[in-house]
Amino acid sequence: MLYGYAGHTLRIDLSSGIIEKEPLKQEWVDEFIGGRGFTAKILYDETPPGADPLGPENRFIIAMGPLSGLFVPAAGKTHFAAKSPATGGYGDSNMGGHFGVTMKYAGYDVTILTGQAKDPSYIFIDNDTVEIRPAGHLWGKGSTAVEEILKNDLGQEFQILTIGEAGERMVNFACISHDFGRQAGRTGIGAVLGSKNIKAIAVRGTKDIPVFDPKGLLKKGRQTYAACREKPGFKGWTPEGTAGITNWCNDVGALPTRNFTTSHCDYADKINGKAILDELKITDKGCFSCPIPCGKYGVAKTALGNKYVEGPEYETLALVGSNCELSDIHAVAHVNWVCDELGLDTCSAGAVVSFALECYEKGLISRDEMGMDVKWGDLDSIVYILEKIAKREGIGDVLADGVQKAAEKIGGDSAKFAIHVKGLEWTGYESRNAPGMMLGYMTADVGAHHSRCWVLGSDVANAVGGNQDANVHDLISQGADFEVIPKADHKNVVPLVLKSQHLRPAFDILGTCRLQYMEIGLETHYYEELYYHATGKKLDFDKDLLTLSEKIWHLNRMFNKREIPDFGRKYDYPPPRFYEESIPSGPNKGHLVEFTVIEEMLDAYYAARGWDSNGIPTKETLEKFNLAVE
Amino acid sequence: MTLSFNHETCSGCRACELVCSLQNLKIINPSKAMLRVTARFPDPGIYEVDICNQCGACAEACPTGAIHLVKGTWRIDMKKCDGCLACVPACPENVMKVDDDGMPYKCINCRQCVEVCPRDALSFN
Repeated sequence: MLYGYAGHTLRIDLSSGIIEKEPLKQEWVDEFIGGRGFTAKILYDETPPGADPLGPENRFIIAMGPLSGLFVPAAGKTHFAAKSPATGGYGDSNMGGHFGVTMKYAGYDVTILTGQAKDPSYIFIDNDTVEIRPAGHLWGKGSTAVEEILKNDLGQEFQILTIGEAGERMVNFACISHDFGRQAGRTGIGAVLGSKNIKAIAVRGTKDIPVFDPKGLLKKGRQTYAACREKPGFKGWTPEGTAGITNWCNDVGALPTRNFTTSHCDYADKINGKAILDELKITDKGCFSCPIPCGKYGVAKTALGNKYVEGPEYETLALVGSNCELSDIHAVAHVNWVCDELGLDTCSAGAVVSFALECYEKGLISRDEMGMDVKWGDLDSIVYILEKIAKREGIGDVLADGVQKAAEKIGGDSAKFAIHVKGLEWTGYESRNAPGMMLGYMTADVGAHHSRCWVLGSDVANAVGGNQDANVHDLISQGADFEVIPKADHKNVVPLVLKSQHLRPAFDILGTCRLQYMEIGLETHYYEELYYHATGKKLDFDKDLLTLSEKIWHLNRMFNKREIPDFGRKYDYPPPRFYEESIPSGPNKGHLVEFTVIEEMLDAYYAARGWDSNGIPTKETLEKFNLAVE
Repeated sequence: MTLSFNHETCSGCRACELVCSLQNLKIINPSKAMLRVTARFPDPGIYEVDICNQCGACAEACPTGAIHLVKGTWRIDMKKCDGCLACVPACPENVMKVDDDGMPYKCINCRQCVEVCPRDALSFN
């Protein structure tokens, strides 16, 4: 008996319509445990080299971990992976909510889609019954409408994921939406589903998940929930959720503003967590089994109408808010709603719109090309550009490929302020004086995404003193009041970056959210004990799990090497804005990251990883991690 | 003392369903829990939890007198229950459950849901 797992892989070939259910491979469980371990292994092994990310050969993988769906705090993350249309390399994204756990209750730890459906379709899963059904009636519809239609047709207990118009038109930053406000946003995962002609997946699962020691899991689960309650962040962090960090980011000069021109704005109080509570919120909206719900569900009221929306979360506040100079919380929430309905990742969408606004301001996109006179901080302008992107109309078709490819077409000096790494847009932490964050963004397998590494607190401590290991609630509680922040030392950031790059995926492997650990400081030993009661196997978080994280890091690097013809060091550089332009305002005024520092950090990072000077894992490193890949 | 629910604080996490099934049935399966979290989205954007408030409608419907009151909690005497399931549609909250053998089971006020709920949305009044 495979305890802690549902025990099956579901394979659906959309071209032939063949649906197969097979036992979950013991090899995957033994070597890669679950979640993002599974996605890395399967994507490398099963995607034909050179596959078109938007073609039938690409794999679309859904994976859960051994703790997913169990009596464990925040065990509701669903992992998706595919070769990314945004980067051409390894792509994944995850979301909270209730979808993945329901897949597991239906009996499936892993689901792999291959091929391409001939016509718009959705996948229906009701425990053992799996069907590919027509979705002509859903095509063109927004995420809310699709969820409502399918729940009304099938039953409210069905969990739905869907793509929007942007996914249908294969926008490179199309997301997957679920549960009226949760998204798997990054790496164009929604475009891959769209390329397969799959509009939605609906699942009902009512089976047991076998666990090794139900009594022990009950006891340890209760203790873990109680331990969460005891953390100061339980009451301190939860009310505002991720949005609670907005002012701190602004105060430490890390809030992306005006397409990353600067890192500080004078209106953070208008677009922060308190503004959400005061102006928008109806209810806290948590993911499955989560004791600290970061989701805030409410109503955005603007001249464009009243809209129910979950969020905005911090990343949206930063990238749609200050990065587009949108200073009204209702307007930011409205754009959040537009992105959700169209199926656009709010991180990349905010970054792409701000890039477009700068191009327009500098005359690189003309009034005729844009189709209207667009302005910074103008709700109508932002919504207009987003709709153009989702419909791939005019300039929207250029922007729909993301800032890297758009800059190649727009020309001029636009590549200098196309803020991305590897083709994936940068998220909500301006890092010119945060060398650890900078290096984390540069070296992340998926491109510029903070999900792989977040050491901003350490970087700030590096510059001004303080605790290198403070959790987010502690950072927010301490506050930040700096007229001027000295230059952070980049000399010793590599060990911190490596630690974060291994810690964060560890939770993705287990199938839980990392925020209990990251935001309120729940200790990792709880996960070791919960894992034992769930699976009957011992797990040393540091030795076993972090080593697996490291292995995955090498494997995904090799996937990128295999799939991107000239892959290597040059793919790890940040955009020129960060090493050519110093920050013009705020507490980090005058700082930039010198190119020599970038090179020095990469040299140290590659050496610590066991990669050569071009950033490719050496033969010895691959052998050490038992990776038979080339 | 009966279980009561406050939707103002519920965030829909379903920890109550998890602990209910694990405590009482020794399994991980929220769909078999003796209470049910329902999400009302997009409008009005609230959660509801269907709970047994020990109203006794099940006992009134029971033709064999198998459901009886023990210290404020309606319990099913499985020796008297013949599995007719008249209690199931009688439950106004739809939380009289049926097991894999076709026999009914219900909330016994074990209070684990109240203890675990991280939002204090469930209580005994």
